[in-house]
Amino acid sequence: MKFCRVVGTVVATRKYEGLEGVKFLVVQPLDEDLTPKGRPVVAADATAQAGPGELVFVVGSREAAQALPEVFVPVDLAITGIIDEVDHVRGGRREQPTARWYPGDEGP
Amino acid sequence: MYIGKVIGTVVSTIKISHLEGRKLLLVNQLDLRGGETDDYDIAVDVVQAGPGDTVMVIDEGNGARQILGLDPGAIRAVIVGVVDEVKLGG
Repeated sequence: MKFCRVVGTVVATRKYEGLEGVKFLVVQPLDEDLTPKGRPVVAADATAQAGPGELVFVVGSREAAQALPEVFVPVDLAITGIIDEVDHVRGGRREQPTARWYPGDEGP
Repeated sequence: MYIGKVIGTVVSTIKISHLEGRKLLLVNQLDLRGGETDDYDIAVDVVQAGPGDTVMVIDEGNGARQILGLDPGAIRAVIVGVVDEVKLGG
């Protein structure tokens, strides 16, 4: 799942069967620091409660359709949750590697 | 699967039923030398991992559904291990 910001709504009257009642929103993909990355895309709202301005997370590919009431629908991105809080943990103790890492002589 | 580092936690009240009661962690994918990359994922944790931990993440729907006992299940990324050591070459 990735972070996205909802930036708009999409209205489509004529849709493929199974998509009736599904809300579509325009979302802007974000990177891990919540800064925009890439072009805006359309996502189905599986929470049915997201709206413009909100920070959400989305699931892609086949799993997107599984978030909706009708599972066999042509959807490749779905909003699966509205985010209350993101806690970035950086610096201090967290900067210390927790796994011992032995890079080989080869590699990039 | 890939190796990542837990760099944060994500809190969400309104979410789909498949995610209810599940812990969501922010994971940064690591490169071959253990350095952070600009690739990340929000993953479900089933091994009590925490911020700072180096972890193993599965990013595939069928495996995720099997682990979590969901069908259907709209989850792809699951943290399935805490890594102690990575040795390359030799």
